[in-house]
Amino acid sequence: MENATLENPIISVRNLHKWYSGVHALKGVSLDFKPNEAVGLVGDNGAGKSTLINILSGLHTADEGEIQVEGKTVTIANPRDAMDLGIETIYQYNSMVPIMSIARNMFIGREPLKMSFGGIGILDEATMREQSVEAIANVDLHLRSPDALVGELSGGQRQGVAIARAMHFRSKVMILDEPTNHLSVKETTKVIGFVNSLKQQSVTGIFISHNMHHVFACCDRIIAMALGEVVLDKPVGETSIDEVHDLL
Amino acid sequence: MKRLLKLSLQKPELAALLLLVILIGIFQVTSNGYFLSYTNMRGLLGFLPEMALVAVGVTLLMICGEFDLSVGSVFALMPMTMAVLMVAGWGFLPAVAVGLLVCAAIGFINGFLTIKFGIPSFITTLGMLFMARSMTVVISGGFPPRLQMDNIPEQLFIAFVGPSDLLRASFLWFVCFAVFIAFLLGKTNFGNWVRATGGFLPAAQAMGIPTARVKIACFMICSLLAGFAGMIQVLRLGSPLPSIGEGLELQAVAAAVIGGASLFGGIGSILGGVIGATLIRVIDNGMVLSQVDSNWFKFAVGALTILAVVANAWLRKRGRAMKVET
Ligand SMILES: Nc1ncnc2c1ncn2[C@@H]1O[C@H](COP(=O)(O)OP(=O)(O)OP(=O)(O)O)[C@@H](O)[C@H]1O
Ligand SMILES: [Mg+2]
Repeated sequence: MENATLENPIISVRNLHKWYSGVHALKGVSLDFKPNEAVGLVGDNGAGKSTLINILSGLHTADEGEIQVEGKTVTIANPRDAMDLGIETIYQYNSMVPIMSIARNMFIGREPLKMSFGGIGILDEATMREQSVEAIANVDLHLRSPDALVGELSGGQRQGVAIARAMHFRSKVMILDEPTNHLSVKETTKVIGFVNSLKQQSVTGIFISHNMHHVFACCDRIIAMALGEVVLDKPVGETSIDEVHDLL
Repeated sequence: MKRLLKLSLQKPELAALLLLVILIGIFQVTSNGYFLSYTNMRGLLGFLPEMALVAVGVTLLMICGEFDLSVGSVFALMPMTMAVLMVAGWGFLPAVAVGLLVCAAIGFINGFLTIKFGIPSFITTLGMLFMARSMTVVISGGFPPRLQMDNIPEQLFIAFVGPSDLLRASFLWFVCFAVFIAFLLGKTNFGNWVRATGGFLPAAQAMGIPTARVKIACFMICSLLAGFAGMIQVLRLGSPLPSIGEGLELQAVAAAVIGGASLFGGIGSILGGVIGATLIRVIDNGMVLSQVDSNWFKFAVGALTILAVVANAWLRKRGRAMKVET
């Protein structure tokens, strides 16, 4: 029984298609993501990885196909829908507003309010600062102050804050699109550590990277895409970096 | 040094405030003590709200990442609409309401066109600058209507009030609006969205903020403030000239920039815009009192604008070079 619930996919996509004015970017992708697993999504440039996750995170909509979250068919029309379903996405560049403080960034679009009228209200700044300090500490990131500007943080620290934010809002699925791009070795290790810790927090992770070593270091399962189709889907123990390389 | 740098990054209006204090000091000396006199202050503070209100709206819009070049024309169109309606027998309040509605509609159109067609607001509002000015002249019928001042609650807008009649009622309106907008920007979730939208649009969108609606709201606030400011000026003058507010759009942008607003959005403060506007008015007034050839006024404003942008760009570059340690 216990096992059966664990095996029910948290997200399944069936037969997803996406066209960009002539380019057939997704050609009938069907995949299941199980709770609590870390999935590595790899593939050459233009394979359709970002297209797939942009559909899951509400930045784009699929032209055809079905998405189920925890067994229910859903429509993800915008990023807010995805967040409300517990799907949080972390991009290399797009997650944070550099000129705003950490505390402000943590709550963009989901600000705690003291009182509100028609959806507009007064920020509860004390709560924002308190909870961001807590959330950041929970992912083992040590920052001096929630008032520091995100623009002052290093790339790895920024990804840490983005992950802390996703954890704070109790995401069930965390998608990371090339979070280690342009990061130093030390920072990369840190981000991979974050991905590893997702499992302990019972969060499903979907990790996109061009670096096979990074993917193999923290994922349970590898999915490879080429030209808009899934070409490989195996547990990490049953495949190897060489096999994936040969396929792509 | 590092702390000073950080402070000037977080409070971009500080440099302008410092400059304002220095200039007031200089003009006080060069005008032989007349600058800070009661009479001069009364005049200066009487004009200030008109331009400062426009600057407040433009600053908000710039923080949201957009421009509005049509504010000068809206400044003229709103009171002209009001005056034409009043001449046709409308009451003051309904005429004002229609005038403000026109402003809101213009702001909406500016924002809608900019976002819908993905064109720079510089272009949309440049078009609106001409269109709104043209409408102003057309509805005036060629010669400005005179306002029946007895139908206007003067004490509500332009009468002198306050301690020893130093301030006009318009100044209180200006303070209320400025405080309200500053509060909206700094202390509410809407303000957070405005800054995020202007600061980094892709992130704001990815976090599910309705960026189009946020921008359109800022365009509308900006137009409304410009129209209200124009109304105050016309109530003060007694008659709406179709040419008022010409060039005001650029002065308002200059005020915002001098006050620390970035042309790329996200950075700036309402207080900064107010200080920038005050600085421009002080330079204008101070130069006249100091008997400097008044043709140097535009030169001074221009130089100050460039100086402010250069200084802020330098500060931000230095600021980016600093990282916080883990
Ligand atoms: N917004 C868009 N408009 C038009 N075509 C697009 C758009 N986004 C992606 N494409 C096209 O769709 C295909 C898949 O792109 P996608 O970004 O999903 O690839 P990817 O696997 O993420 O590649 P990379 O590793 O380079 O990030 C490519 O051929 C790309 O050119
Ligand atoms: Mg990609």
